[in-house]
Amino acid sequence: MTAAMASSRVPALGKDLVGLEFLSQEQILMILDTAEPFKEISERRIKKVPVLRGKTIVNLFFEASTRTRVSFEFAEKRLSADTVNISASGSSVIKGETLVDTARNLEAMRIDMVVMRHGSSGAAKFLADRIPSNVINAGDGRHEHPTQGLLDLLTIRDHCDRVQGLKVCLVGDILHSRVARSNIYGLLKLGAEVAVCAPKTLLPSAIGDLGVKVFRRIEEAIEWADVLNILRLQLERMEEGYVPSLREYNRIWGVTARRLELAPQDLLILHPGPMNRGVEIDSDVADGPHSVILNQVTNGVAVRMAVLYLLAGGQPGSAEAAKKEAGA
Amino acid sequence: MSAKALLKSGRVVDPSQDLDEILDLLLVDGIVASIGKDISAPEDADVIDCSGLIVSPGLIDVHVHLREPGEEHKETIETGVQAAVAGGYTAVCAMPNTDPPIDDPAAVGFIVAEGRKAQAARVYPVGCISVQRAGENLAPIGEMVDAGAVAITDDGNPVMNSGLMRLALEYAQAFGIPVADHPEDLGLSAGRHMNESIVSTRLGLAGKPNAAEEVHIVRDLLLAELTGGQIHLQHISTEFGVDAIRQAKARGVRVTAEASPHHLVLTEEAVEGYRTEAKMNPPLRTAKDVAAVRAGLADGSLDVIATDHAPHHYDEKESAFEDAPNGLVGLETAIGIIMTDIVSEGVIDIATMIDRMSCGPARAFGLPGGTLSEGAVGDVTVIDPDLGWTVDPNAFRSKSQNTPFTGRELKGAPNRTIVGGRTVWTR
Repeated sequence: MTAAMASSRVPALGKDLVGLEFLSQEQILMILDTAEPFKEISERRIKKVPVLRGKTIVNLFFEASTRTRVSFEFAEKRLSADTVNISASGSSVIKGETLVDTARNLEAMRIDMVVMRHGSSGAAKFLADRIPSNVINAGDGRHEHPTQGLLDLLTIRDHCDRVQGLKVCLVGDILHSRVARSNIYGLLKLGAEVAVCAPKTLLPSAIGDLGVKVFRRIEEAIEWADVLNILRLQLERMEEGYVPSLREYNRIWGVTARRLELAPQDLLILHPGPMNRGVEIDSDVADGPHSVILNQVTNGVAVRMAVLYLLAGGQPGSAEAAKKEAGA
Repeated sequence: MSAKALLKSGRVVDPSQDLDEILDLLLVDGIVASIGKDISAPEDADVIDCSGLIVSPGLIDVHVHLREPGEEHKETIETGVQAAVAGGYTAVCAMPNTDPPIDDPAAVGFIVAEGRKAQAARVYPVGCISVQRAGENLAPIGEMVDAGAVAITDDGNPVMNSGLMRLALEYAQAFGIPVADHPEDLGLSAGRHMNESIVSTRLGLAGKPNAAEEVHIVRDLLLAELTGGQIHLQHISTEFGVDAIRQAKARGVRVTAEASPHHLVLTEEAVEGYRTEAKMNPPLRTAKDVAAVRAGLADGSLDVIATDHAPHHYDEKESAFEDAPNGLVGLETAIGIIMTDIVSEGVIDIATMIDRMSCGPARAFGLPGGTLSEGAVGDVTVIDPDLGWTVDPNAFRSKSQNTPFTGRELKGAPNRTIVGGRTVWTR
């Protein structure tokens, strides 16, 4: 434990990271700035610093996840935390244990932090309100996925040198997307102009009231935007009747190289993954020169390190020092 | 020896007789024997001083869930009627969405028998419209009425099949009972958890639009008009719904409708923070809808205040919002909420409150009571209009404590509940 972290100063983020909706611009920028020095750790030969040594963290995944879970796990391990992974299929959740009992059991084992993915909106707040450990929301229902929102912001800032004033359009299933909400809150707080583009069946009815523009057709969105963040269209949405077919979705709303050629300028292309190539995004866009999809993944680890560090009591300005301390 | 009770010097408010003055009320053998000024007490009468208090015909709640049989961990008929009398109710209508559902005369008989045994509020069973509440075939409505059912409903579920609803509205006319419906088009609402709005968008909860309720209200009104049947629409929560009912009444459609206390005083904002105690169906809506439900209550478009008392065990509400069941307990808070937030704010006066909580329900469901005229059943609610109190769920007689009103400071409370001339509860 570093001197900075042992200090009694008020944690800059509060106890939990449940969402971006109630964070201030300053807090969001603080996380992004704190992520910067952590990026370098993942480039080292020995990718480990002792920032969270002695901390125990549970990764509690009630829904299947590969990318987010692995990203958190790398972030935790590179900061030297002790981690345990619990996934729904291997836990007592299947046996009917309630979320509140799961929480109490974890607490009884004296853990320091919980990273949770859950299928119900509000589940992260539910847990955070009931246990003294830090809770990080790794996605709750269709509510928020704050670390994804943060890593998208970091990636945009990396490539455009700013977020303020950029025109960012989220494309695809906004209705069911926790990524969309976290992006909208984060982008607006950092001064971006935000739009969404989707068939109306995949838009929440009051989306305009969040302060975003709505495009009905992808061509209009492409003409307007500087950045496209393309969301996954899940197969279930077709089965549930939100869109007639994946083929039609690709024909009308798919982001294709041909459509991008019509844009007045080059667009930065993000996708939180996993991609459905040939549905919401064509391969020549995903693999194209303006795609930063893999940069998002790399930034994901750094952003999560920053969040873990700050929630553990780390001071924003001391990340560089904390990293070097105990000479990793 | 006959049982006699004389309620002295109370402010008798009985809209059924257009009464509102300081009077005495004599109950003999469970019946209203006389009402007037300075009635001298028969020598064996129990004399109850009601000065400063309101004497009302017994309150009737036409929409409660007593959970028995099948979910006795939430409520039983006994605890439910204890909650009822503690809330000033002398009679309740028990919804049939139990496990098993109340869809045959034997089940109706069980509710009647358990209700009598509990010796508190009267319990009137409501039978199912359809066998097993499955929405397919009519339940034995005539036999259930013979066994004591006062109405039919598939409440908890709407009757989605319009053809079945038509048959129910036609068939029930032989028995003079209303067909009560929970208006909700499941195609627009299934798998959804709160009002559809900016709040649901922000919280990431799938929303039920007002239209989900309104489509169904309008359908039921059209079918009542078509058949000449008597429709009772439960827990109206939207502005357009109130308007549609108002217009139907003007056309002569035989419709009665409910307002629930929570839809009169709470908006969807109560859900913020994923508060499961504010999760209910129909959901809490916007301020505009609340204003319309209030206006409907005031002008009589909505005939009755019904609590939709829906007990749930604390474990069940202690969960993620989407996993929590709908509903709140309402019997023990209704008078306080209505007097504090509706009467004190001038939406309705005391007489109208008593009409909507006693006379209106009796008329809508054809029940005894709802009046203190001579010869009527001796069901009386004595109300203390000035008593200040704080909602404390731990003090509820209900088995469940699920209420969004915890800690609310209220003014106005029941003082005494008399059923059939016998005091079954006093403060």
